[in-house]
Amino acid sequence: MTPILETKNLTMEFGGLTAVGKMNFHVNPGEIVALIGPNGAGKTTFFNCVTGVYKPTSGDILISPNGKTQQRINGLKPNKVTEKGLARTFQNIRLFANMTVLENVMIGRHTKLKSGLMGAIFRPRSTLEEEQKVVQDSYEILIEVGLEQYVNELAKNLPYGAQRRLEIARAMATEPALLLLDEPAAGMNPQETKELDETIIKIRDVNKISILLIEHDMSLVMSISERIFVMDYGKLIAKGTPDEIKKDPEVIKAYLGDDDA
Amino acid sequence: MDLLYFFELFVGGMIRGSIYALIALGYTMVYGIIKLINFAHGEIYMIGAFTALIFASVLSFTGMNPILIFIIASILAISFSVGYGVTMEKIAYKPLRGSQRLSALISAIGMSMFLQNYVLLAQTSDFLPFPELVPDFKFLEPIKYLISSTSFLILITTAIVMIFLTYLIKFTRTGKAMRATSQDARMAQLLGINISKIITITFVIGSATAALGGVLISTHIGQLNFYIGFIAGIKAFVAAVLGGIGSIPGAVLGSFVLGWTESFGTGYISSDYEDVFAFLFLIIILIFRPSGILGRPENNKV
Amino acid sequence: MLDILKYFSLKEMKKSLIISLWFMILTFPIMVIKVNTIENTVIWRWGSLAGMGIGSFFLATLWRYLLDRKKMQSPLSSKKTLQKRVMEWSDANPRAKQGALIALGIFIVAFPFITSMYQTSIMTTALMYIVLGLGLNIVVGLGGLLHLGYAAFYAVGAYTYALLNYHFGISFWICLPLGAGLATIMGVLLAIPVLRLRGDYLAIVTLGFGEVIRIVLENWNEFSFGPSGVANIPRPGFFGMDMKLQAATIYIYFIMIAMVLFTIFVVRRLENSRTGRAWIAMREDEIASEAMGIDITKSKVTTFALGAFWAGMVGVIFAAKTTFINPASFTLWESVMILCVVVIGGMGSIFGVVIGALILILLPEYLRAFSEYRMLMFGAILVIMMVFRPGGIISNIRKIYKFEPKPSPADAGKEGVK
Repeated sequence: MTPILETKNLTMEFGGLTAVGKMNFHVNPGEIVALIGPNGAGKTTFFNCVTGVYKPTSGDILISPNGKTQQRINGLKPNKVTEKGLARTFQNIRLFANMTVLENVMIGRHTKLKSGLMGAIFRPRSTLEEEQKVVQDSYEILIEVGLEQYVNELAKNLPYGAQRRLEIARAMATEPALLLLDEPAAGMNPQETKELDETIIKIRDVNKISILLIEHDMSLVMSISERIFVMDYGKLIAKGTPDEIKKDPEVIKAYLGDDDA
Repeated sequence: MDLLYFFELFVGGMIRGSIYALIALGYTMVYGIIKLINFAHGEIYMIGAFTALIFASVLSFTGMNPILIFIIASILAISFSVGYGVTMEKIAYKPLRGSQRLSALISAIGMSMFLQNYVLLAQTSDFLPFPELVPDFKFLEPIKYLISSTSFLILITTAIVMIFLTYLIKFTRTGKAMRATSQDARMAQLLGINISKIITITFVIGSATAALGGVLISTHIGQLNFYIGFIAGIKAFVAAVLGGIGSIPGAVLGSFVLGWTESFGTGYISSDYEDVFAFLFLIIILIFRPSGILGRPENNKV
Repeated sequence: MLDILKYFSLKEMKKSLIISLWFMILTFPIMVIKVNTIENTVIWRWGSLAGMGIGSFFLATLWRYLLDRKKMQSPLSSKKTLQKRVMEWSDANPRAKQGALIALGIFIVAFPFITSMYQTSIMTTALMYIVLGLGLNIVVGLGGLLHLGYAAFYAVGAYTYALLNYHFGISFWICLPLGAGLATIMGVLLAIPVLRLRGDYLAIVTLGFGEVIRIVLENWNEFSFGPSGVANIPRPGFFGMDMKLQAATIYIYFIMIAMVLFTIFVVRRLENSRTGRAWIAMREDEIASEAMGIDITKSKVTTFALGAFWAGMVGVIFAAKTTFINPASFTLWESVMILCVVVIGGMGSIFGVVIGALILILLPEYLRAFSEYRMLMFGAILVIMMVFRPGGIISNIRKIYKFEPKPSPADAGKEGVK
């Protein structure tokens, strides 16, 4: 099976500082994979390389959204990466604050729509139909994540947990093959986390989207991921199933500190 | 003779550069701390020059010693400019802390318009002559055609201010707090740094150096009006951007580079296009090196 | 609720008094002393010191009251603003709304016939600023890019008509699209170097660009006739008929009315389209919008180009209206003036920009006594607006979509009224 996302020796340096060093990593189609590690381990930098925010110093990022041929996406701009089927959320929520909830999701549909300037001005039938469809599709996505009651609210007025879910809804709207979630449970209470847990599994099972998540909440990570990768100081220090990771001495050392030394 | 002309232009550029540097420092420091282009900074420079002119004229009617007048007028000019700078921050920027950057920028433009027209209405739109206060220095006699005493004063003052500021920022507690604030204001606040105080100090220093620049250039050129601040302010900002905004040595370097560009541009090409050189140079630099000559490339935090 | 009277308690009055003292000292040299450098005399204007003291005392009180009131309002409160009430009322009474629109239409058509030529001319200027404001609104209000060189595109339009007409006798109606087109091309050319720049740098580079264009026009005598400009530009023709001044003034008024309607029509459609949404998303968060698949480069170029398009078009009309142009009409302050229209009216809101232009152009005309204080007031208003009402007089309200409780594909996505 061709992995949906694979990195080979991916390295990102900032002026001599290696934030990510020689990462070999992959996500198979239909998997939920977690990337964990202490703060500053390079997880978000890794995300930013994959999604095109940073251009990696060396190594390869290969994707195969359709499950067949692999293509290299190093240095592609973020919008191109999204077009190819990778969508992400942000650790520190980055919604379009002064747009409505529905419009936030509609922005996510951007790459799936065609109408341009002329279409906007002359409003031919095709544009009207497209607009009607995008409104409907977006609304359905909101129902899926349970945000339909806020449809016409401004994004900035939503409660915190709802904002996090809106981020996911917006990313889903791009119809990704792989969804990258950057600390989706950060700041959520146990109840909200549990709901999130269900949402993520639903996205994978119903929408057939593979998921890569960065997360600190261990109970969430252990309960939903099939495989876990652990980073520390920019390096991959362990990988395996949740059970294997729990027992891995390297991981324990990274999290609890090196007391014996 | 050509070589002499070249030197004249070179020195001329350095003097321009020094004045730009005195203004650019305020820009760069304010930008470093609150990430705002203080469009009204040039007006502080203008108000400094105007205040100096008013006091110097009044005092010169009393027949006081010119050097004494110059010193008193400069001190008064600096004090009042600092007052304006701090007040401006309290009115136009402090309430906007934490809101969109576009809002703060527009507020700054409004402040600039306001101050310009305030001086225009309260005083005059005419050019006023600045009294001659600086005597000819004897030791400059042999190179008088190159450096006049006022330009000598400008170079020396700029050098002293640079050294003082570098010391302040690198080695004092306040300097450290300022650097911390510019790195990460929220973190600095958590560590017990009084952000409001740091911002006030920044405006005090910035306004003081700008006023000093205003006084010096007015004595050098010998006249001023309400509009001198705006164009000088914009160019000083260009200089700060050229050098890499937020960096103090960068502001100085950028100012000199800009001063020379203008001096040689007007000297060898055409004096009609003086301002064009500055802006074209800015555009070219920003295309090839968006973070300026000494600025560090900034990675987007995501 | 806060009561303003509370601010006249002894404690608060003491605060205001200190502030007013501070302002009296601060403004002393500029406000009180005036030197006459020719006769070497000094005029002491003590009256203005007293005025400053009293004025700043009350302003300081008012300022603190407003600032506290702003803090009290929580952003979450869905308090009904006047604006929302008017909108709801007009939704509830479609008849009345229709009636009001018809009355407005009649007023607009009748305006040049019931008022003087002078009034018509001023109104035409206001209409020009509406279009300029709406054009700049695309860049600043929707795209979130602070553009301080907008007058340059205005100049491009004006000079296109003036020079093409002078050299080749090309008529107004041909120059109108040409001027707009040329300005659009300039817009794209400017957009390319500034694409990589962050917000503040963008402001300064666009400012520089505007100044460069003006300085070139001022100094390149062979091309633009320098500071003396171009005179005797013909007014627009009406099927080859020659018109008297009065008829021509009315004619231009109606051209401008048509232009305003056209602009509102287009901008309204753009605002709620795929392209317009992408602009707004870019304004809200560049990184997030890129992550959603929006091509930032393309968005920036289109906002600049479209903004320039309208400036170019109005430029042509401006040249035809005044019959004389020179570089002094296209200074930085012109750009700032147009920015004021957008900011004071309400960034991103079409109705706001219309109101902004009418207030900014008509008010100073009718308050002649205050005309010297115009720029001072504008400066102050910009600051006050940003501090207390950053959304402008009319804040932009997003489009509301209505859904049936259980949407079925048939009646899906019915658009509600805006």
